[in-house]
Amino acid sequence: MADNSPVLEVKGLSKSFGDHEVLKDISFTVRPGDVTCMIGASGSGKSTCLRCVNLLETPTGGDILFHGESILKRGFKTAAYRAKVGMVFQQFNLFENMTVLGNCVSGMRHVLKLDAATARKTAVDNLIKVGMGEFINAKPRQISGGQKQRVAIARALCMSPQVLLFDEPTSALDPQMVGEVLDVMKQLASEGLTMVIVTHEMAFARDVSNHVIYMADGVICEEGPPEQIFKNPQNPRTAEFLERFIR
Amino acid sequence: MTKREKTLKFVKYVVLSFLAAAAAGLFVAYFIETTGRIESEGLKISSMSFMQIIVFILQKYGLSMLRGAGISLYLAFVGTAGGCVIGFICGILTTIPSSKRDNPVKRAVLYVVRLVINIYVEVFRGTPMMVQAMFIYYGVKLLWGLNLENLTAGLVIITVNTGAYMAESVRGGIISVDPGQTEGAQSIGMTHFQTMLYVIIPQALRNIMPQIGNNLIINVKDSCVLSVISVVELFFASKGAAGAYYRNFEVYTVTMVMYLIMTVSLSRLLRFVERKMDGPKNYRLAAGDQLAPTSGMLSAPKREDVRDGR
Repeated sequence: MADNSPVLEVKGLSKSFGDHEVLKDISFTVRPGDVTCMIGASGSGKSTCLRCVNLLETPTGGDILFHGESILKRGFKTAAYRAKVGMVFQQFNLFENMTVLGNCVSGMRHVLKLDAATARKTAVDNLIKVGMGEFINAKPRQISGGQKQRVAIARALCMSPQVLLFDEPTSALDPQMVGEVLDVMKQLASEGLTMVIVTHEMAFARDVSNHVIYMADGVICEEGPPEQIFKNPQNPRTAEFLERFIR
Repeated sequence: MTKREKTLKFVKYVVLSFLAAAAAGLFVAYFIETTGRIESEGLKISSMSFMQIIVFILQKYGLSMLRGAGISLYLAFVGTAGGCVIGFICGILTTIPSSKRDNPVKRAVLYVVRLVINIYVEVFRGTPMMVQAMFIYYGVKLLWGLNLENLTAGLVIITVNTGAYMAESVRGGIISVDPGQTEGAQSIGMTHFQTMLYVIIPQALRNIMPQIGNNLIINVKDSCVLSVISVVELFFASKGAAGAYYRNFEVYTVTMVMYLIMTVSLSRLLRFVERKMDGPKNYRLAAGDQLAPTSGMLSAPKREDVRDGR
C-alpha cells in the first residue's frame, strides 16, 4: 500500500461486562505493514481488546475506525469487514466438519465467491506456505495443535486480509509447536503483512514487532518501539512485568 | 480394523444371514403346507391351532397388512424428513443473534418469529397427536370446506408434530456446537446464514442423529394413532383383519412382529448412517499429484478420496 494512512484506529475504546470494566480508554493506531504486539498479564484486557476490533465483542464506549470509517455505526457491514480483517484464535477454531483443504476453501468460495479452481489453488498455495501442504485431506481432529494453528493461519491468509489479528496463537501449544507457528508468523511479518498480535512470547515480540503495547488492568501502560519497551521501559509497571525477561 | 477382525465380521454376517434365511424358509414351507391342509381338509377357524390361525390370517390379510406396514413406514419417513426440515428452519431462526445495535425493525421481526415458533412448539408438543389428528382433519373440513385425503392429512399431522419436537432437538444440537466454530466462521466474514449452513448445521446434524433416529422409530409406531382419521396403516389394517374373524391375539401377534422387524432394522440402518457420517478414521497424505493444481495441472484428480486404512 502506497499511502501510509492508518488501517485501524482505536479511539478511547472501553468495554464492560456488566459492572466489571475490562477496557478503559484504549487508543492506538495500526498503519500498513505494522506488526503490533500486545503484551501484558493474563486478564489485562488484551484479548478483549482484540475481540472488540473484530467485533466479536461489542465495545461499550469509544470508536474503532477502519480506513477512517467507524465500524461501530449502525448499518455497518460487519461480515464484509471481517472478511478483510482476519483472526487467528488461541483454540484454532478450525471447522471440525471439514478437511484442512475445506477449511481454507470455504471462505473463498462462500464469502469471496471465487470459483472452485482458483480457491483450491490459493488454498493449496497457502497451506504449502505454512508447511501443511501434505495434510489437505486430514480432518482437524486428526492433526496436532501446532498443525491446526498453521492451518488456521492459512485459512485466514486465504481471505487476503488487510490486517491479521492473532489472539494468543501459541498459548495452547507445547514449546516445539510454538516454534513452528512463530516461524510462520515471522515469515508473514517479513512479507509485510499488517498484524496485531496478542502474545506471551516476549522474544518474538521483541524481534518481530515494530510496535509494542503493554497493557495492565484494562489500560495501556506504555507503548512504543520494542527497543524502548524491552531495553528501556519508561513505566515502572512495564519494567516490573518484564523484569524476568530483561534481566 | 485388522484383516482378522474384518474376516470375523464377515463370517458373523454370513452365519446370521444363513440363520435368518433358514428360519424364513422353514416358515414358508410351513405356510404352504398349512394352507394346503386348510384347503383340503376344510378346517374351520374354531378348530385350528394358534400357528394355523396365524397362517390363515396371513393368507387372507397378509397383503393388506403389508400394505399397511408400507404406509406406516411412508408416514414415518416423510414425517421425520419433513419434521427435520421444519426443525432446522425453527432452530436456525431461534438462534439468530440479536443485539441492541441491530435496527428496531429486525429486532421486532425476530421477536415475533421467536414468539410464533414458541407457540407452535408448545402447542404441538403439549397435545396428543391423536387429538391433533382429529382437530386438524375435521377442523379444515369445517373451516375451509377442505376435504383432505386421509393419507395427506396424516402426513401433514405427523410432519407438523415431529417438527415441534425436532425444533427443540435442533436448537439443542446447535447450542452444543462449540461457540468457537461460530467465531471462526464469523472471523472469515461468513454471515449468520452461511455460518449455519456450512459450519454449524453439519455438526449439529451429526450431534442430533440419535434424536432423529429416535423420532423415526417413534413415528413408525405412533403413526398408528392416525388410524383415528382412517389412515390405512398397519394398525388400521390389523384392526380390519382382527374384526373379520374375531381373532385379536393371533392378528396382533403378527402386527407386533411386523412392527418389531421395522423398528429393529431401522435402528440398525441408523447406526450405519452415523458411522458413514463420521467418515474414515484415517487420512492419506497428499502426494504430488494432489498438490498439482498449484503447478497449473488443473486436470489433477478432483475427488480427495480418502480411503480407510490404505
